[in-house]
Amino acid sequence: MDTASRDDFVIAIRSAFLKKGNKQRFSLIFLIFLSLAFLFLGRINFEPINQVKIVIREVVYRSSFIVSVPENYLKKTYQNIQNHFVIYNDYFEIKSEIEKLNSEKTVDQFIIEENKRLKKIIDDYVAESEEVVAKIIIDKNSPFLRSLIVNKGSKNNIKLGMAVLDKNYLIGKVVEVNYLTSRVLLLSDLNSKIPVIIEPGGFQSILSGTGKNDGILQYLKENYLIEGKNTVYTSGAGGLFKTGIPIGKIEKSELDKQNKVNFFSDFSQLRFVKIKSFEKDDSN
Amino acid sequence: MFEFSKITIRNKLLRYAPILLLLISVLNEFDFNYLELKYFSFNFPFILIFYWSLKKPESLGYGFIFIAGLINDVVVGFPMGISSLAYLFICGSAAYFRNITLNTSLFKDWMFFLATILVVKTMLYSSLVLFFSFSLNYNDLIVNLIFTFLLYVICANVFELYEKLVFGSHNV
Repeated sequence: MDTASRDDFVIAIRSAFLKKGNKQRFSLIFLIFLSLAFLFLGRINFEPINQVKIVIREVVYRSSFIVSVPENYLKKTYQNIQNHFVIYNDYFEIKSEIEKLNSEKTVDQFIIEENKRLKKIIDDYVAESEEVVAKIIIDKNSPFLRSLIVNKGSKNNIKLGMAVLDKNYLIGKVVEVNYLTSRVLLLSDLNSKIPVIIEPGGFQSILSGTGKNDGILQYLKENYLIEGKNTVYTSGAGGLFKTGIPIGKIEKSELDKQNKVNFFSDFSQLRFVKIKSFEKDDSN
Repeated sequence: MFEFSKITIRNKLLRYAPILLLLISVLNEFDFNYLELKYFSFNFPFILIFYWSLKKPESLGYGFIFIAGLINDVVVGFPMGISSLAYLFICGSAAYFRNITLNTSLFKDWMFFLATILVVKTMLYSSLVLFFSFSLNYNDLIVNLIFTFLLYVICANVFELYEKLVFGSHNV
């Protein structure tokens, strides 16, 4: 009895995986092995597979952009309707804020110039490369990966690790470069880790994404006096980014005692981004 | 002649609609994430592949499913080949279930779908974490799994209706 049921199981499995079905060109087992080969060769960075991957990516990104047009239209309409409800209240708040900022701007300009001079003296001043403005062609808020695809690649001198900014705020870095497109890993992604500095206080920390729309500060001792609304900037450690690119504000969570970071930039509203790299300025 | 070719094209489009829907869904990754509902996400390709592999395997070629997996990996940013593997295991599981079952019911299909996605998702995310050092939010994975499971019934009813309209009476 047992042998019969085991035989049935084996026959059913064999028929499912080994036999080519009606109107099927390939058997399942062949394609499963092909997928495994893709995975394995990709893992060991086998060059021909990498070239195939780049071609597939270019084609898929362009096709995905076209296929996403109707959904993006719906998405934009939905967001526009939402924006209309809050626009009136925002207007008065923004107006008074602009007046305040304009008065502060003159003082800030003096401090910026003074800071540049002082940094040059201690050999810490970094020059910025020419920035490349890129359009976002795919913006999928997958719960598993927070990334964007932009329409600039190695043809436009984009390199791995370049900083991606929205206005002057850091939003992520380039993690994949193709010929005409690149992938940007957002700061909110679980796999994103950026060295940061918290001001005032100058505490160093690592900003990690949460997979949602915010980040958390890691490896920070509890006895540091971090207050809500402190600002988080890049620390420049690691040499990838320059010091002092604004990222977001800290929000203290009473529930889990974590230091959450609310990003200055709204990642769901991005249409164009700036991509640039930073290097040491040797000119005197 | 012109009328005839128009009808043929329309019929072909209707017959190959599951493939088209699969390719569009992986290219577009439609999952309503822009609504920013905190606890809502689902995997539409899993539902689509399981249903059509179970009920009408000839309408979804394995080759197309493999390609759809590669596209999904590129769009989502996973290592290339991992979604293809997951999709093909779903096909295999559906084919196995078809071979061992004589009397089908939506409830049985649904329960087997749950078992399948539990195994496939465990396999998929374990490989991502163990071999590719991905960090994943396990709450999101569970939410995704639950909604994929729950939405199967709704999607299966819609597909069944479509199947009856396009392919005629139910033939499993």
